[in-house]
Amino acid sequence: MTAAVGAPSELEVERRLYRRQRGRRSLIASIASTVVVVAIVYFGVVNTPGWASVQQSFFDPKTAADSFPSILLGLWLNVRILFFAAIGVAVFGTLLAVVRGLQNPVFFPLRMLATGYTDLFRGLPLIIVLYLVGFGIPGLGVFPRLPYAVLGTVAIILTYSSYIAEVLRAGMEAVHPSQRLAARSLGLTHAKTLRLVVLPQALRKVTPALMNDFVSMQKDVGLVSILGAIDAVRSAQIASQETYNFTPYVVAGLLFVVISLPLIRVTDAIARRQQRREQIGGAV
Amino acid sequence: MSAPAFRDDQPTSESAPTPDAVLELRGLRKSFGDQEVLRGIDLTVHTHEVIAVIGASGSGKSTLLKTVNLLEGIDDGQILLRGSDISDPRVDVDATRARIGVVFQQFNLFPHMTVLNNVTLASRRVHGIDRAAAEATAQTLLDRIGLGTFAGAYPDRLSGGQQQRVAIARAIASDPELLLLDEVTSALDPQLVGEVLDLVTELKEGGSTILMTTHEMHFARNVADRIVFLHKGEVVEQGAPAEVLDAPQHPALIEFLSRAAH
Ligand SMILES: Nc1ncnc2c1ncn2[C@@H]1O[C@H](COP(=O)(O)OP(=O)(O)O)[C@@H](O)[C@H]1O
Ligand SMILES: [Mg+2]
Repeated sequence: MTAAVGAPSELEVERRLYRRQRGRRSLIASIASTVVVVAIVYFGVVNTPGWASVQQSFFDPKTAADSFPSILLGLWLNVRILFFAAIGVAVFGTLLAVVRGLQNPVFFPLRMLATGYTDLFRGLPLIIVLYLVGFGIPGLGVFPRLPYAVLGTVAIILTYSSYIAEVLRAGMEAVHPSQRLAARSLGLTHAKTLRLVVLPQALRKVTPALMNDFVSMQKDVGLVSILGAIDAVRSAQIASQETYNFTPYVVAGLLFVVISLPLIRVTDAIARRQQRREQIGGAV
Repeated sequence: MSAPAFRDDQPTSESAPTPDAVLELRGLRKSFGDQEVLRGIDLTVHTHEVIAVIGASGSGKSTLLKTVNLLEGIDDGQILLRGSDISDPRVDVDATRARIGVVFQQFNLFPHMTVLNNVTLASRRVHGIDRAAAEATAQTLLDRIGLGTFAGAYPDRLSGGQQQRVAIARAIASDPELLLLDEVTSALDPQLVGEVLDLVTELKEGGSTILMTTHEMHFARNVADRIVFLHKGEVVEQGAPAEVLDAPQHPALIEFLSRAAH
């Protein structure tokens, strides 16, 4: 065999062969260890003394099928809450972040207010905010007939905006000051500088963190059930009480996982792409 | 305490503005904390004039340009742009900045925008020109400086020299009355300096009024109509390049030039 132009040298052929063999050995080792772990867990659980009754009360196919339609209907409420909460959080969270980033001393009181707000709501457990909003606001007597789903959405917006505001603020601080300077030197106003130059770059920097918060919000919309809104969790609870079986909860849980999967994958992909881009580096 | 300016042919009175002056600085003072960075600067830039400010690092060159563009406030004195006092607190800061183009040492193009959007941003968002017209103008400008094919590219695809030329294009896209260039080549690899300096030379030939800082003495000599030497926040000497560079009078300038030569 003669070495054609562009063909790898003998040395390189040998190296590639070695790399391929090494790769194959690693793959076999990782498949084997995965199978062993899964098998141990599976047989461990299946052979526990109580497995039969647990299977009966958590993984009963008939109960699952019967409760599925009502849970799916409930999930539709979660999806709608998620939709409006996401919009509300985007608006309110951005507003908080921008106010916290105001540098002019005349905005000191406003800035303190925003800081106090984010400190408070990042510390408060969501479930407590839900109770306070869900039962407190109707108590004021101004909006006596607001549906619990709406009140739950408000509570989620109040809580998550404080997280998002912090993430955004970190992103805004990570945008180099010379970017603001360049924008202002072109004659852009403070507001346009924020909107056209600072925020877009800040968002790119913190996209993975924002997506993580969104995934976590996707689950937390299930908490509106504690107010009595008939969402997926509440539907599961009702079905469970009717059948004396926990399977509906498992159904609801799996449905939540299913709706969050696409976003989790997208988040991973974005984080990976960003990491790659940062590794390549650039002048900016 | 006015600057002891050698061969200062500029009137520094508090009287009426000089007729063809684009920019007139009168007794400009600026401190950071208790450090006085600009100690009473008097300087006039006439229409189509190119002025190079030279001076040691820390002498206040960048601060001077920033105050002119109102990116830094001043503590005393006046800045007249075409005869009107832009250091007056009642002046519209954004509208004033829009009349002045600035390019900094670091190429701070907006990394999330294409080259074309970088160049058209001020036209569209400050001057209210519609996108099609702004883009046509910008494309012509980019073609002229040899970067037409990069219009749709993001800045990180460009070399430092190309980025800096785009930054200059961005600064001149809406026909500023005055162009401020702060060490536009000092962050560049040596082999990229030439293309940027060539562009500045072209702008001068096109009639731009330019106030720049540079440490490229050779370039300052070739392009500047006047060289201003800043020393510890004061203009201690200014004049035609040949006079200032070849027959320096002030001891600080003599020392500065002997260092720059090595
Ligand atoms: N924002 C600032 N805050 C405090 N000191 C500053 C600031 N900007 C510049 N200075 C100081 O002012 C002096 C002049 O700086 P500068 O104008 O950048 O000089 P040059 O451009 O001639 O090197 C330096 O001592 C610098 O440390
Ligand atoms: Mg400087």
